[in-house]
Amino acid sequence: MSKLVLMQGNEACVEGAIACGMRFFAGYPITPSTEIAERCAFRLPMVKGHFIQMEDEIASMAAVIGASVTGVKSMTATSGPGFSLKQENIGYASAAEIPCVIVDVQRSGPSTGLPTSPSQGDVMQSRWGTHGDHPIIVLSPSSVSETYSLIIRAFNLSEKYRTPVIFLMDEMVGHLREGIEVPDNIEIINRKIINREGSKHRPYSIPEGECAPVFAPFGEGDRYNITGLIHDESGFPTNSHIEANKMLTRLMKKIEDNIEDIATVEEKYIDDADIAVLCYGGTTRGVLEAIDEARKKGIHVGMFRPVTLWPFPEKELLGLSKKIKKLIVVEHNYGQILLEAERVVKNHCKLKFLGRVDGTLISPKEILKVIKEE
Amino acid sequence: MASQLIEKYMRTEHLPHIWCPGCGNGVIMHSVVRAIDNLKLDKNNVCVVSGIGCSSRAAGYLDFNTIHTTHGRALAFATGIKLAKPELEVIVIAGDGDISAIGGNHLIHAARRNVGMTVVVINNNIYGMTGGQYSPTTPNGEFGTTAPYGNIDRPFDIAALAAGAGASYTARGTIYNPAQTTFCIQKGILHKGFSLIECVSVCPIYYGRKNKKGNAVDMIKWQRDNSIPFEKAEKMSPEELKGKLVTGVLSHTNYPEYTSEYAKIIDKLEDNP
Repeated sequence: MSKLVLMQGNEACVEGAIACGMRFFAGYPITPSTEIAERCAFRLPMVKGHFIQMEDEIASMAAVIGASVTGVKSMTATSGPGFSLKQENIGYASAAEIPCVIVDVQRSGPSTGLPTSPSQGDVMQSRWGTHGDHPIIVLSPSSVSETYSLIIRAFNLSEKYRTPVIFLMDEMVGHLREGIEVPDNIEIINRKIINREGSKHRPYSIPEGECAPVFAPFGEGDRYNITGLIHDESGFPTNSHIEANKMLTRLMKKIEDNIEDIATVEEKYIDDADIAVLCYGGTTRGVLEAIDEARKKGIHVGMFRPVTLWPFPEKELLGLSKKIKKLIVVEHNYGQILLEAERVVKNHCKLKFLGRVDGTLISPKEILKVIKEE
Repeated sequence: MASQLIEKYMRTEHLPHIWCPGCGNGVIMHSVVRAIDNLKLDKNNVCVVSGIGCSSRAAGYLDFNTIHTTHGRALAFATGIKLAKPELEVIVIAGDGDISAIGGNHLIHAARRNVGMTVVVINNNIYGMTGGQYSPTTPNGEFGTTAPYGNIDRPFDIAALAAGAGASYTARGTIYNPAQTTFCIQKGILHKGFSLIECVSVCPIYYGRKNKKGNAVDMIKWQRDNSIPFEKAEKMSPEELKGKLVTGVLSHTNYPEYTSEYAKIIDKLEDNP
């Protein structure tokens, strides 16, 4: 029996994470993500987990990786400038293949911006924020209920692929309160481990049938080295161009080759649609209201929502673009996922954009207007 | 004896190390290993965390659970490791630039929290890995590639900085006197709380050459002639101690250790949910 609870998006993020085994959180207060840290501070010791408020965002990201190498599912949360500070060590987690989840409750930017106002301006930063080519997975929830279930998926993907996963929320969903059904049964994927014991082995070699390394956590007898430098399978730094190419290619392919497993979308009223609205996160609610209004007026419009923003579900969007006449991208920024849509859609259908950067919400009325435009 | 320690504690397949001839880092790495051996710590239970820089390459050569992190962040990684798995013996190896410049904020807060870890700072007064730029411990008036007209910064006393921030154990050793350095590290590992041992190294290639300090032997002799044991230094005036290295255990206090305090919260909640 699932139970019905009234919850805020930020709270649902914590409860979902704890439900799937998150037992370590390090963070630093920043609006509009602070409730996540507050709830972790309150809840984690109850389940024998640990919370720590670090001296800054850089340190919180570092502590999360540190906790994860001991085998504990770990998470941090931040917003705005804090997300910029996390980037250095997000790259480390990518390169060293340490699972962790980074929640970014987006707020208006750049810089300190409008701290309490909604925005979706971190879409590109979530993909390319840290320096260098690197793999990343980014998921974006559009409701409180989905926040609960999708954070569990974020941990599952992080553990499965041994990669940082960015959970890209926004102020709209983070501060929204709704009744949600907390499920009894959830699917949990834990990190695969082979304890090779001793030290003269190759922790970063990939066993047959696996998509990521399988070394045991620190302190269990499997002694190895972790580094953010380019390393070979032994985990030791190398300057070899051959090894560098091998490592980076494998890291990128780890995600690319599994896009079918990672990338998910939600489609609504798409079957008969000749217009589709592409949206994600907190923007979705207004879009759905506009679509309902439009359909009452006999307009065949549907919704296409990437739940996984990165890797971008391009196959699904390409398929859709060949069936419709017009795609409208609606997002609370100056046009970020729009660039992906342009790249994928090309000339298959018309492309319209509705964005906003003033810290206010795009209303269903405005969306309806663009739907009706020729 | 040294070769036995190498076989027992080092990843010999990755030797020789990358350090320059005359570098003092190996002497300090030896002190760390000897302290661990003297204490008979279980290799599987030791975690060595390092940052970025010459000194931080030590982690990779050691056969423990080792993690070579990002520049300045070793203490923050170590805090996560220790809090998530308090039974691990966490030892941090970092350089002067790593720990007191880019990692300065993490240093004062790790010291303040009194997280149970042993921090071995290898202080060579220069950024060696990048080729000889002045660091927060380069003495005033000396030269670096980024201080071509002499350094006008005032240097940090890292041990005093840590003590001021609340470190419950601080000590200083030199490469001239490895026995004393080993002793200080050993005591630091046994101490329950945040301990910091500043180990004064030598960098004859960048710091020495730029500042006409002679070769490695000359620089070690300087350490010999200018080290003052803490007990003796206590009776000396600040003027007499100018330019000297005060060595040995500098401060030792007992404060509640962070992870133990957190465990008390968990226990309390378990008893009264």
